[in-house]
Amino acid sequence: MSLRKFITNKTTAALAVLITAFANTSVFAQDAAAGAAAAPKVDMGEIYKSVIFYILAFLAVCLFIAIIGKAIRVYELSREAQGKPVGINWNRIHASLFALFLVVGLYGVYWEYTVHGAMLLPDAASEHGKKIDKMFNLTLIITTIVFVVTHILLFGFSYIYKYSAKRKAYYYPHNNTIEKIWTIIPALVLTVLVLMGFLTWRSIFFKTEDPKNKPLQIEVTSEQFKWSIRYPGADGVVGAKNYKLTTATNPLGIDFKDLNSRDDEMADEMVIPVGKPVKLILTSKDVIHSFYMPHFRVQLNTVPGMRVFFEFTPTKTTAEMQQETNDPNFKYLFYCAKICGSGHYNMQKVVRVVSEAEYKTWIAEQKTYLNDDLRKQFNLPVAPAPVKSVADSVANDSAAVKTNQMALNK
Amino acid sequence: MSTIALHDEHNHDHADHGHHKETLISKYIFSMDHKMIAKQFLITGIIMAVIAMGLSILFRIQLAWPDKNFPFLETFLGKWAEGGRIKPDFYLALVTIHGTIMVFFVLTAGLSGTFSNLLIPLQVGARDMASPFLNMLSYWFFFLACVVMMSSFFIQTGPASGGWTVYPPLSVVAKAMPGSGLGMTLWLVSMVLFVASSLMGGINYVSTILNMRTKGMDLWKMPLTIWAFFLTAILGILSFPVLVAGVVLMVFDRSFGTSFYLSDIVIGTDILPNEGGSPILWQHLFWFLGHPEVYIVIMPALGISSEVISVNSRKPIFGYHAMVYSLIGITVLSFIVWGHHMFVTGMNPLLGGVFMITTLIIAVPSAVKTFNYLATLWRGNIRFTPAMLFAIGLVSFFISGGLTGIFLGNASLDINLHDTYFVVAHFHLVMGSAAIFGMLAGVYHWFPKMFGRMMNAKLGYLHFWLTFIAAYLVFFPLHFLGLDGVPRRYYAFTEFEFMKKWLTVNVFVTWAAIMAALAQVAFLFNFFYSIFKGKVSPQNPWEANTLEWTAPVEHLHGNWPGEIPTVYRWPYDYSKPGHDADFIPQTVPFSQTMSSNLPHDFEGNEEAEKIQRDWELANPVPENKG
Repeated sequence: MSLRKFITNKTTAALAVLITAFANTSVFAQDAAAGAAAAPKVDMGEIYKSVIFYILAFLAVCLFIAIIGKAIRVYELSREAQGKPVGINWNRIHASLFALFLVVGLYGVYWEYTVHGAMLLPDAASEHGKKIDKMFNLTLIITTIVFVVTHILLFGFSYIYKYSAKRKAYYYPHNNTIEKIWTIIPALVLTVLVLMGFLTWRSIFFKTEDPKNKPLQIEVTSEQFKWSIRYPGADGVVGAKNYKLTTATNPLGIDFKDLNSRDDEMADEMVIPVGKPVKLILTSKDVIHSFYMPHFRVQLNTVPGMRVFFEFTPTKTTAEMQQETNDPNFKYLFYCAKICGSGHYNMQKVVRVVSEAEYKTWIAEQKTYLNDDLRKQFNLPVAPAPVKSVADSVANDSAAVKTNQMALNK
Repeated sequence: MSTIALHDEHNHDHADHGHHKETLISKYIFSMDHKMIAKQFLITGIIMAVIAMGLSILFRIQLAWPDKNFPFLETFLGKWAEGGRIKPDFYLALVTIHGTIMVFFVLTAGLSGTFSNLLIPLQVGARDMASPFLNMLSYWFFFLACVVMMSSFFIQTGPASGGWTVYPPLSVVAKAMPGSGLGMTLWLVSMVLFVASSLMGGINYVSTILNMRTKGMDLWKMPLTIWAFFLTAILGILSFPVLVAGVVLMVFDRSFGTSFYLSDIVIGTDILPNEGGSPILWQHLFWFLGHPEVYIVIMPALGISSEVISVNSRKPIFGYHAMVYSLIGITVLSFIVWGHHMFVTGMNPLLGGVFMITTLIIAVPSAVKTFNYLATLWRGNIRFTPAMLFAIGLVSFFISGGLTGIFLGNASLDINLHDTYFVVAHFHLVMGSAAIFGMLAGVYHWFPKMFGRMMNAKLGYLHFWLTFIAAYLVFFPLHFLGLDGVPRRYYAFTEFEFMKKWLTVNVFVTWAAIMAALAQVAFLFNFFYSIFKGKVSPQNPWEANTLEWTAPVEHLHGNWPGEIPTVYRWPYDYSKPGHDADFIPQTVPFSQTMSSNLPHDFEGNEEAEKIQRDWELANPVPENKG
């Protein structure tokens, strides 16, 4: 291809691009005007300016790239015309870029680990959470080492073994010993991780029950887009539910024929005593949600038609955590982590971990679900509820606390 | 072998007939030629990728500037972005359709469909697919699926928006969200069409590879691309029907009042009559496909990169057998790991432990593959063609994303990471970016085969570096959001005090995503411009060994003008000592390369070994050679 023909070609192409570009811009301008007419109240002058500005900026960049591309081409063609070797050694450029990418990239990773890594969740506030954190750190160390080493090799080899006409690659099709080594080593490392993970998992979901330290039952029901919390009341047992009993006055469908239900209490926030095991009973009314309480390393989906259980023991009160994180506004939260509809992004409740004494005062103030309306509905005598002795009985009742297995509620 | 001979004759016949009368419609639209179908898959895939990328930019804008108005959004989206702000329901629709398009239409059909169709007949030495008609149907079912999926943007209630995994009851109960109305129905219809397309494709790929290899092409002489496509097709054939089963049950639940996935549901105070089903059942059926699906996505990319890395390192792929066995290992294991998507979904925790073990085992073959890539680069003579750059990028993403999989595969760690941005970052690196890079490597590498012209290398370089850097800038920081407990699919981070510190990161990530999107303009321009105006390609532009480069540049029905070439050797004889050129195509018999033959080339054929020994005695090797 002759130089002249080439330039004419490119010029026509560039012209075409420019023309299309300007045509597009004016189209955008029209759209913008139409939009402005439709919704005149919003202040949009600045934004329109910016939309067109960005489009123009992008086109300018394209033009700039086209000019550079053309300059390179002219340079190469002139080298060619003079009979000199090809102008630009792209292989060397890419090799160097990979080396540069390696260095900058590794620094970037270091920066991420130290800067963003410092913005993460505080240390686990639950007993099993500590095990998870330990497991996490071990995995992080192993994977970081592998990550760094393999990337040094990948980009290092790319840099060192870049193309050279003088060299011939080393014909090395296989070596079974090496293959065996790098099959067995990852397998061994993974065996360690699997074993640790398996034991941790078992310790979380298969707890042996300590009869002297019965967990506090709390039922959490999810629906679009809120949570309802139910405390067991004096008997320490959360009573039965039946979704068919759901009405406007009984939104959870609690079955008050079950004696265990009658003293069940409602709460606006989850308050739990520090150091005592808590057994969460998780259910859902409508769609699947996920009960996610990251500070305690607790997550389990709430599924309609199923009751699932998660037992954990909080180890730090909210006050302690506020001190530890140096943030007087720190709050434990639980929120939804499974897509559940338009309000998914705002479905949260506060968790307060307090001392045993504070817990007792708090629980004494909570109201029962059973009210006069419901008494009528269930043909129960409308009478003042018996005075309860509060949470000290929680730990004593053993009636319905079963083994910590999940069960289908069918 | 007799089938091959028979087939050969048949095709000879065919070639003698000359071409059928080709009209515009039979050549470009209802084509039964595998090369044209590959191009159709590719271009449809690219268009779908651009759409899905556009959707991702829309929701990235929402995430970065949740409290700003962008009137141009209203111009494009109308009531879904009233006042220039995307609505929460539409946000969920965006992420759902982005995921669906990317996973199924781009990375399954666009990747597997394109390269299996193009390369299987050309690399195993066949005139066309086993059933060209089925092949054509496969494309048109795929096209219909795309049309149906996109049509959901033009209905009143909007597209499906329950996430690409469409978990019931959210996706089944129309009252749960607007997207679960007609949009979800269209999603299901589209998926059925898509699965039909995949199955027709897969059956075709498997039967072509098993029955129509040319003379000499035994299984262990197939390029790794073919191995990857073969195993991918098997995975698809075995797992996609399960998805269809699940989808059909869902259609029944939605439209005919059954209760496969529903039980005990109350919307507000409205008690639904469904009883006895389980939402977990869908998750099992979905992930029984869904997990093999991610390997359906990544394995062709790995196959392509094996080929590209070997060609451009001018070295045989290290550990060819190990590569094949690790692919087989991944194929088998991928069927027994689906539960790791369900560790915290209420599945019996006993199963969680089992699935954790199988999941972490699958890391072993993946590690073997990575190390083999590295060993292939070692002491190579690396040419950085655009394809090679993308293949190296793939290896990098595969490592980065694969390693975070070790966290998520561990059930105990998954408790806190499940459904957070950590997961988003993980799979966008390991199956999103890595598979896209594999696809792009394939496009740059086989563009000359597809269109007979070369793509512009410099624009390719620009495209690679911008995309590579931007992809890391987008996905690396997202890990940390996940580690801080930020769940995915959140419309805005404004409602939580602790998430506000990530707003600046979100802005940064959005800009990086926009940069990545704009970088694709370089590719799109290059691609479409080069189809018409690119430099005409030589027959074997990369000096590669595989069979497709022995076919003429001009496409003809039946691929090779005369007899189909015979294969004598494996496809990776690059830089073989003793040979003058640094590559020996598969069609070169050992008798023509006496100076470079190695003892194990003859696979124990004593006569050949004897001939070689005699030759070596007669032609002693000069002392300091090479």
